[in-house]
Amino acid sequence: MQTQSMSVKKGPALLRSQKKRTGLKLFLMALPFVLVVVAFAYVPLAGWAYAFFDYRPGIPLSETAFTGLKVFGKMWANRAEIARVMRNTLVLSFMGIVTSPLPMIFAILLNEIKSNKFKRLVQTVATLPNFISWIVVFSLAFAMFSSDGMVNSLLRLLGMGPIDLLGNAEVAWAFQWALATWKTLGWSAIIYIAAITGIDTALYDAAHVDGANRFQSIIHITLPGLSSTYFVLLLLSISNILSNGFEQYFVFYNPMVAEKIEVLDYYVYRVGVLTNDYPQSIALGMMKTLISVALLFTANNLSRRVRGEPIV
Amino acid sequence: MTHSSSLRRALPGKVADILIYIFCIALIIACLYPFYYVLMYSLSEPKQAPGRVFLWPVGFSLKTYAGIFKLNDIPSAFMVSVARSVLGTVITILCSSFFAFLTTKREMLFRRVVYRVVVISMYINAGLIPWYLTMRAYGLRNSFLLYILPGAVTAYYVILLKTFMEQLPKELEESATIDGAGLGTTFFRIIFPLSKPIVATVGVYSLVGQWNQWTDNYFLVTDERLQTLQMVLYNYLNQASRMQNMTSSAIDPSALVSSITPTAVKMCITIIAVLPILFVYPFLQRYFVKGIMIGAVKG
Repeated sequence: MQTQSMSVKKGPALLRSQKKRTGLKLFLMALPFVLVVVAFAYVPLAGWAYAFFDYRPGIPLSETAFTGLKVFGKMWANRAEIARVMRNTLVLSFMGIVTSPLPMIFAILLNEIKSNKFKRLVQTVATLPNFISWIVVFSLAFAMFSSDGMVNSLLRLLGMGPIDLLGNAEVAWAFQWALATWKTLGWSAIIYIAAITGIDTALYDAAHVDGANRFQSIIHITLPGLSSTYFVLLLLSISNILSNGFEQYFVFYNPMVAEKIEVLDYYVYRVGVLTNDYPQSIALGMMKTLISVALLFTANNLSRRVRGEPIV
Repeated sequence: MTHSSSLRRALPGKVADILIYIFCIALIIACLYPFYYVLMYSLSEPKQAPGRVFLWPVGFSLKTYAGIFKLNDIPSAFMVSVARSVLGTVITILCSSFFAFLTTKREMLFRRVVYRVVVISMYINAGLIPWYLTMRAYGLRNSFLLYILPGAVTAYYVILLKTFMEQLPKELEESATIDGAGLGTTFFRIIFPLSKPIVATVGVYSLVGQWNQWTDNYFLVTDERLQTLQMVLYNYLNQASRMQNMTSSAIDPSALVSSITPTAVKMCITIIAVLPILFVYPFLQRYFVKGIMIGAVKG
């Protein structure tokens, strides 16, 4: 009441200028935070310029020769290696995409458990591996599967031969997939568990009255209720197809399995840090980001067309 | 509904129930046993442990724990990890939530641009070398600030916080403004306390993320005093030579010298690296879930 009468007295022009002042003040207050984001997320993009120079660590950019698109020629010369890296990247990503319904299935199974206590226990325990670092995962995997590890000790006691998972190229893809699934299954299921609780229970009651069994209810009610969540996550994982993540493949890397698990994120590291070829590493990372952003845009448009709303 | 048809329906249901229970119990074992095994091994007599630990410690002993705490690098790394987790989380919560609060203000000039710039940062990744060169140019190499500054305003947290704050009743804020409260007062006295549930969620995400983070350490920090626990664990897991040094000379001159094994040391450090998470995890799990739900609503 008080403010209203005050503003009437001041008149519309004064009010507008005051509003502008508050707007500016708010903007200036937000600016430092935006600058932090710019400094840590956008400024590094300027580093892409180094891809077009004959840059070597330690020599200032001003003293290095402009090489233009030569870096792509170098990548072409490296094509056999890059093709292998891309194969690993795509195979591992596709294994993840093909098995992407697993968290949804897990959530549906959990929902079928009648005891709430047991349900919560399973969910809590299954989510735990998501919260440990890949270094710890590696340590656990080593404790379990190395030649002196728990599994091989047990096999020895039983008089069976040792199995090798950590240094075995033949099972490397499956093993890495299993580790990633072990780590993320419970966590990825949470979103589906939330979506299931959002489904109208009247639907289940009606189906029950109509004589539908549990399996039929799942097929005709639960799955359709989860399909849009699944679709969004699927599109996101497709746009992430080039990002297997660096940490997992860094910690599990060894010469025996290198040929199978050297993925793009690791290769960018190897070329840049281990062989010190900054321009090529930068060019690879740049192409990865550009392709990923393009895929995200495509996925977003696809979602807009199919579901009527974008995903991001 | 005849008797036989309901029986036919019940029987597969029972079988399905049993299968689901078996699967869930197997999953629980798969998720917990590795931790349990490492814990049992770390509590065993190091020389007797290899090949004999399965369900309980073999010749109970705490000497490996006693041994590694005599080294300088483990206690120091533990403190660095605690410091980065706590300080990093405090800074992230303050900056991200105050920024989120500002972006809920419709009067803000260029509000959409400001918010977009932050959200889009989630999807752009300059790559390893450009990131490395930039951090080095900022002088963050071998600096503790490297651990806590870059995440101060994190896009994902800002989205969660803003989404939550927008649901708060506008009247509270308006009445505070009428009473003459400035932006800071409104935020700290009204919005921040009301946002406690989502602030807790973001805090938990940040704590766990900071505790587990090690790539910044690996690429940019060589200073011995700034090594994080994860990094030290990684080094012990990988450097056979360093292990040799430590088991022979570092624990010297006590009688422990020959009785600690590299494997036992790895097991103990692993436990130290996961213990804080195992400890707080059951209490904080509901906050993790809440974050996912709010994030999901936003898409």
